[in-house]
Amino acid sequence: MASFNLNINGKTQQVDVDPSTPILWVLRDHLDLLGTKYGCGIAQCGSCTIHVGGMAVRSCQLPVSAVGNQEITTIEGLSENGDHPVQQAWLEHDVYQCGYCQAGQIMSASALLKSNPNPTDEEIEGSMNGNICRCGTYTRIKKAIKTAAANSENA
Amino acid sequence: MTRIKTSYNRRSFMKVSAAASGGMLIGFSWLNGCVPATSDKKTGLAVPKEWFDINGYIKIGDTGLVTIYSPNPEIGQNVKTSMPMIVAEELDVPWENVIVEQAPLNTGFYQNQFAGGSLSIRLSWNALRMAGATGRRMLMEAAAKEWGLTVADLTAKDGQILETNGERTVSYGEIASKAVGIEIPEEVELKQVKDFKLIGTSIKNVDGKKIITGEPLFGLDFKREGMKIAMIQHPPAFGMTVKDFNAEEIKKMPGVTDAFIIDTTLEEVGMFDEKGFLQLIAIVGESTWPLIQAKKAIKANWENIGELEDSSLHVERLEKALTSGKVQESRIDGNPDAAFKKAAKVIERTYSAPFIAHNTMEPMNFFANVTENAAELIGPTQTPEALEGSVAKLLNMPLENITVNMTRIGGGFGRRLYVNFGVEAAAISKKIGAPVKLIYTREDDMSQGTYRPTYRARYKAGLDENNNLIAFSVKGAGLPDGPIFPKRFPAGAVENYKAEKIGGETNVTTGAWRAPRSNFTAGAEQSFLDEVAELAGKDPIDFRLELFERAINNPVGEEHDYEAERYAGVLKMVKEKSNWGEKIPGVHRGVAAYFCHSTYVAEVFDMVMLHGQPKIKKVWCAVDCGIVVNKDAAKNMVEGGVIDGIGHSMYSKLTFANGAVSEMNFDRYQLIRHSQVPEEIEVFFVENEIAPTGLGEPGLPPAIGALANAMYKATGQRYYHQPFATERQVIG
Repeated sequence: MASFNLNINGKTQQVDVDPSTPILWVLRDHLDLLGTKYGCGIAQCGSCTIHVGGMAVRSCQLPVSAVGNQEITTIEGLSENGDHPVQQAWLEHDVYQCGYCQAGQIMSASALLKSNPNPTDEEIEGSMNGNICRCGTYTRIKKAIKTAAANSENA
Repeated sequence: MTRIKTSYNRRSFMKVSAAASGGMLIGFSWLNGCVPATSDKKTGLAVPKEWFDINGYIKIGDTGLVTIYSPNPEIGQNVKTSMPMIVAEELDVPWENVIVEQAPLNTGFYQNQFAGGSLSIRLSWNALRMAGATGRRMLMEAAAKEWGLTVADLTAKDGQILETNGERTVSYGEIASKAVGIEIPEEVELKQVKDFKLIGTSIKNVDGKKIITGEPLFGLDFKREGMKIAMIQHPPAFGMTVKDFNAEEIKKMPGVTDAFIIDTTLEEVGMFDEKGFLQLIAIVGESTWPLIQAKKAIKANWENIGELEDSSLHVERLEKALTSGKVQESRIDGNPDAAFKKAAKVIERTYSAPFIAHNTMEPMNFFANVTENAAELIGPTQTPEALEGSVAKLLNMPLENITVNMTRIGGGFGRRLYVNFGVEAAAISKKIGAPVKLIYTREDDMSQGTYRPTYRARYKAGLDENNNLIAFSVKGAGLPDGPIFPKRFPAGAVENYKAEKIGGETNVTTGAWRAPRSNFTAGAEQSFLDEVAELAGKDPIDFRLELFERAINNPVGEEHDYEAERYAGVLKMVKEKSNWGEKIPGVHRGVAAYFCHSTYVAEVFDMVMLHGQPKIKKVWCAVDCGIVVNKDAAKNMVEGGVIDGIGHSMYSKLTFANGAVSEMNFDRYQLIRHSQVPEEIEVFFVENEIAPTGLGEPGLPPAIGALANAMYKATGQRYYHQPFATERQVIG
């Protein structure tokens, strides 16, 4: 066990855990931030996607000891009140079915738009391919990303 | 208005409780944060000081806020929005005033509280309408009594009761307290379909805001003070059980509080109970990661109790079943053997599909708190009643001492019809005497499944000199059950017809997987018919329509289980919407139609070649599911079904070696991803006033046939063996 000070959603949080513990389980089991989901544990499904230093990262493969004081953002911290353009676009297109993978999809999409505000279809597919939606809401996700891109541009 | 007796489960319409807090329903609350068990909606109405239970579905607050309980499990099919819409329609309350709560299992109030067979809306349509209409009537009677009028003098709409020939109005919130004592009406009036204001519109998912902000909703998110976490380890192969393991070593590992073997054997095994791994190693601790580590340190002695099967053995068994297997169901019309002999052209083709896993994104999990006299279960289940029954058997406890609450469910697809994970959680909680949440890893989930059976089918057709289909036969084998529905199309449409469903043996555990049997049969049959149409020199849609004409005008044999006019209807609709006859250079088209779960769906796939690879440009869907309740959500279901059909027939398979599943996670088990889906899917609904049927499954099966047929047009190659991306027949 070791003590870590983590910078999560703009707050410093202290946890005492084994250094090998992935951030996913630190968030879920120790900090009650349950929006980040467990799906596969091997960085193949994207359900656990968070932002570390603004980049999309699979939290199931990131040990707490490797984070240091980098800024971590989870779905709970993406916006104050669910009003990030990507979240709003998800609402507009009523994207979800079961909803389980969508926090990960939103975190991947928002990281994509941050680095590439107006992605092509191929660029969307390229950066979203690591996020599985078992219900098959992919076409809506793509539409929502385009809506979010357009709305961000107009904002 | 349609006058109708309230005979349908009158118990659910009764005054349910005198408790002002609405204490009749045992809900549950999320531990972390102050998340109320309500759905997000900006009602603009104040939070009521007092709530009044109108019936088992409706609670009205003094400010006019209305709570509607959604009885069935929400697995992503959107019933948590669409079922309450039906109640709200008949209650005649603005949707803005409605908040939705998930009802717990309550067999006294609700019927058919399960998610399966695309049945939620279909089976509850009348009950939900009556619940709303009963509530409206009771509020009107209360107002009539207050004003010294009769109900005939009043109109109820938009959450208000108005004096038809006067000026007085009263809101539902103001009159609700007076409605509580009103006797349940013997008869209620239902709206006419043309008067629907809510049904047929597009209402957004009631959990949408929570989903996009990451609020706890799912079973895996549930926490309770003092709750332990548990994981299980099942034997590495079907045909094995656990003898013993290094429990003492595991117990000493950091973060582990206990380790033992549980036995979930039940005296009477029900349809939804586990049939494979009954003895399991359980490890208990305070948090998840140490348990994942401890699982890796398990050293167990596994014992062989059955055959260790390989995929090659499965193919052999299927072939053997096709030649000499036990026929489970069959139908014969005319004299197929004689007709094939005199046919001018005969074509025979074999199709196959592997075992596949459900792979819900939320792995199996359940919370259980078993005490001496009671058991509380909370989590994701499609069949709360079956779970309650199985836990009662396991614990030897009366049903009334067991409660089951449903969380939102991170995918079902049939996997959560089976209750083993809930039963296992109860067994662990009993053993440790504490509340516990059992979590499967993805590997546990994928290798302890109730898989889609593996199938193999042989189709044969005979044409006469004029290219009329005069003989059709199909033999379909599956492990353990065959895929054929002998009374389905083209039964009734061909003079000489034979269909046989054949079973074979396996100890791999199988079960219902989204659109059971149809998920294979539709693809095989619809690809085969495409090839038969080609052999006959006919357009594939016209060829099918000819067959439906026969089934409409002069049906062959005893009853068949489809309505040929509605079947032909969706084909005609997709033909028109997709401009089927139009030739667009570089666009290759395939069509399929299928009827299952009481819904008719036809699909056209437009495919292009991109960098030498086939790519689906557009999918056109025509759907007849009767009345559409929530239009955009209904489209979403069909879109998802299409993508699921493409994904599993193109990419997914489970293979077995020595009884063990070879694909344990998404590195080896391929699911469809963003870059592999159609660019666009357009869904059209047939408009009619037929009572609604389901949409959870019917969009999927025809996608497989339309995909295979479009790929043939694009590549010149027919696809017989799933997954098409590999087309290897060795897959069991």
